[in-house]
Amino acid sequence: MFESLKGFGVTFGTMFKKVVTEEYPEVKKVTAPRFHGRHQLNRHPDGLEKCVGCELCAWACPADAIFVEGGDNTEEARYSPGERFGADYQINYLRCIGCGLCIEACPTRSLTMTNEYELADDNRQDLIFTKEDLLAPLLPGMEQPPHPMRLGENEQDYYVNGPQLAKVAQEGKGTQQ
Amino acid sequence: MTIAPDKSTEIVVPEGHVKLVIDGVEVVAPKGELLIRTAERLGTVIPRFCDHPLLEPAGACRQCLVEVEMGGRPMPKPQASCTMTVADGMVVKTQLTSPVADKAQQGVMELLLINHPLDCPICDKGGECPLQNQAIAHGRSDSRFHEHKRTFPKPINISTQVLLDRERCVLCQRCTRFSAQIAGDPFIELLERGAQQQIGTAQEKPFQSYFSGNTIQICPVGALTSAAYRFRARPFDLVSTPSVCEHCSSGCAERTDWRRGKVQRKLAGDDPQVNEEWICDKGRFAFRYATTADRIKRPLVRDEETGELRESSWTEALQVAAAGLAAARDANGVGVLTGGRLTVEDAYAYSKFARIALRTNDIDFRARPHSAEELEFLSGTTVFTNPDNGVTFQGIESAPAALLVAFEPEEEAPIVFLRLRKAARKGTTKVFHLGQFTTPAVEKTFGTLLACVPGSEANALNALPEHASDVVDLLGKPGAVILVGERAAEIPGAFTAVARLAERTGAKVAWIPRRAGERGALAVGATPNLLPGGRHVANAAARTEVERTWGVEEGTIPATPGRDTTAILTAAANGDLSGLVVGGVDPFDLPDPALAEKALAGAAFIVSLEQRPSAATAHADVVLPIAPAAEKSGSFLNWEGRRREFGTILEGTGSLSDCRVLDTLAVEMDADLFTQTPAAAAADLARLGEGVPSGSSLNVAAPLQSPAGAGKAVLATWHRLIGNGSLQVDEPHLAGTARPVVAKVAEATAQQFGLETGGYVTVSTERGAITLPVETDDLPEGVIWLPTNSGDVTVRATLGAGHGSIVSVSGGSSSGVKS
Repeated sequence: MFESLKGFGVTFGTMFKKVVTEEYPEVKKVTAPRFHGRHQLNRHPDGLEKCVGCELCAWACPADAIFVEGGDNTEEARYSPGERFGADYQINYLRCIGCGLCIEACPTRSLTMTNEYELADDNRQDLIFTKEDLLAPLLPGMEQPPHPMRLGENEQDYYVNGPQLAKVAQEGKGTQQ
Repeated sequence: MTIAPDKSTEIVVPEGHVKLVIDGVEVVAPKGELLIRTAERLGTVIPRFCDHPLLEPAGACRQCLVEVEMGGRPMPKPQASCTMTVADGMVVKTQLTSPVADKAQQGVMELLLINHPLDCPICDKGGECPLQNQAIAHGRSDSRFHEHKRTFPKPINISTQVLLDRERCVLCQRCTRFSAQIAGDPFIELLERGAQQQIGTAQEKPFQSYFSGNTIQICPVGALTSAAYRFRARPFDLVSTPSVCEHCSSGCAERTDWRRGKVQRKLAGDDPQVNEEWICDKGRFAFRYATTADRIKRPLVRDEETGELRESSWTEALQVAAAGLAAARDANGVGVLTGGRLTVEDAYAYSKFARIALRTNDIDFRARPHSAEELEFLSGTTVFTNPDNGVTFQGIESAPAALLVAFEPEEEAPIVFLRLRKAARKGTTKVFHLGQFTTPAVEKTFGTLLACVPGSEANALNALPEHASDVVDLLGKPGAVILVGERAAEIPGAFTAVARLAERTGAKVAWIPRRAGERGALAVGATPNLLPGGRHVANAAARTEVERTWGVEEGTIPATPGRDTTAILTAAANGDLSGLVVGGVDPFDLPDPALAEKALAGAAFIVSLEQRPSAATAHADVVLPIAPAAEKSGSFLNWEGRRREFGTILEGTGSLSDCRVLDTLAVEMDADLFTQTPAAAAADLARLGEGVPSGSSLNVAAPLQSPAGAGKAVLATWHRLIGNGSLQVDEPHLAGTARPVVAKVAEATAQQFGLETGGYVTVSTERGAITLPVETDDLPEGVIWLPTNSGDVTVRATLGAGHGSIVSVSGGSSSGVKS
């Protein structure tokens, strides 16, 4: 008799505890800020790609999930500020273990990870993300490459003062409107 | 059981040797050997940057410091072991046994790294860098230098191909010493002093050298990089395969580095008998012809309805080709032009295909000016030479004299040039150039120019005993050599004169063609008058021997010599031949491109084996794609007659070598070649062995030179190393290092024609005209020199002329430049 009451007591007590059930997918879970989600290839403030096609991410990857092939920037077609850019960039999420070593290896801060975790699909092909899938969206003030380096007079300006110059340019545009 | 060392046995020091102690080990070394090499023989590697076995010692980097004791007295400071020679009674302590040497080396390393940017992750050299390796092995774990590093603007182009990153340089001077000593192109030097000391070139004057790529390879840091390879791959990405250069007839050993099914770079291999550790820039950088967008990958068949080439299956293409060739054979016969770039195995397949599938001797490998005299010389003498009985690279190095006849070594066989220069620098070899003007090669081999009018080389040779008896005397010394170039075929009597001179002096003769496959094609009988192994077609016993070994009916091989290239083309143009099988032949290399065009347009049936679209594929009825050198195995026979074997670099590309294609084609025609693979072809060829030399009867008189006439000049011309060659397509960086395209005339001739220095000249024949800048040089009067095929200047295609032709010359203006 006493034993069964004790059992119901657990049930009754639980009713006053915090609910652990997730309402996913109706309510999306907010991850920790440094959660290792889908990768992103970042852009400079003028829209040029930060990736220089150095392949260090591919080399760092313990799961061999990344494929990179570099290409040459030319004066006519410039995708990144330096001599080279990542012409082909693929991450295979069937292999990726989300360890983040690629992020640490990236010398230009081009490759970072977002908090996006919805990486499931019903076929293998779609889980190989290409450059189009991975590139960061064009924010206001950004322009789809290829185009010349827009910010500052020289490389020093571009890299050091780029974000500041982009901000000024953006504000200038805002006041004009 | 331990055996006690027997202390009573004294090391015997042979004559010319000394005894010294290195790290407590007694060692005998030849006098004059450098300490660093003696230690290396013992297995002790002393770190070094500037030291290179083929360059003179410099002692520039100070990384190889060791402690040295002489006669019981230690030297006050550690000594550079790369500049100090061994001496009797010397006691040397390397970093292994001496803390002093070890600390000195660490100190030097710290100094070298003070201004080094340590950008290894983005450096092309990272992973194969002697500085990286030795800093880890012999350097301190940290640096005491915390100030700002000296910086320079990032890479500067010292030529279109070579980039210099001065921050990374440790001033070892390997590049400057290579350029000054080995190549003889001192365009690159040390500039400034102290902390600002740097490598550089003269202002506005690029680093122009055919051997510049070697400086990149021997640079012990990442200071020199090549534009073609920059940021393409890392050493640890690459698979390295030993290979052989497919460009000139030297047959250099190479190392091909590839990745993801694509060749990324080529490096010089180490072969002391052939190319030592050097290769020319063409061999190093020209390899992208195999990956051009227009490469033919599928067989093409000419559509009967539209008349255009369309892709087809191999089965269909081979059936169409076999049916067409069989019909053409039974009509008037088929001629075979193989081109000069085939491997021995592929050329053998062509030779056998012509004899047993097409039953003809109309086969010729010479896709360039040629003569019957040349063929007689080659089939009588050259075909039987090999490294044991003929001239070799090492033979050139030890020759007392070398006479170069119609041969421009730097442009036609650069590694032969390096050997000539090496020999001449030692002062033991005297080099004579029978040519038209003092070319860079004449200067750099410290040679003597025997100038003559183009076409009169034979007369000049015949007159040597009268006019230059010292040359003849020198050639009479044992070991002297005569080197004949491919241009000799354009000079009537040249081979006869060479043979006579060789007979008179006892000098050995070597024929040095320009293309890699020519010597091999000669050996396997891809000529109208020879069967494999130098057997003469007209020799019934030799013919029977070959027929028996091949297992074909007696009488299959025609008994009379066939047509040569020009005769085949003439016959095809006239309809005397019904078909052509064409390998890699560029009509514009032929003596008469118009005839070639006519022949290709006129022949009833053409089968072309090609890699890329060409004039031959444009007229072909069937185009069969074949593999470039990197995608097949085989061997080249270099000009020495040395077999240079190489394996497949890129496996699984699906491309087939010529011998496989011809084998299958022959099967369609009911003939068995047994050349399914290069290995099978080589084995089949080996069964034949070599024939018996029959000797040659050269008797072509040197023509009397007639005056050129008013407004006319005699044309001298030869190919440049870097020009419009079909294996140099898609290489903009390499093309930028080509020498300027100019015409050369003598001062007096320039005045005669009213030409100004820095102005333009128009050279014309009834076919066409070329206008180009003109320079004066020490040519004979009434002679004008043009590069054969460089830039806009295409002597054969535009002028239809060759070496020794008479051309019209007039002053031209830049506006008239033809492109």
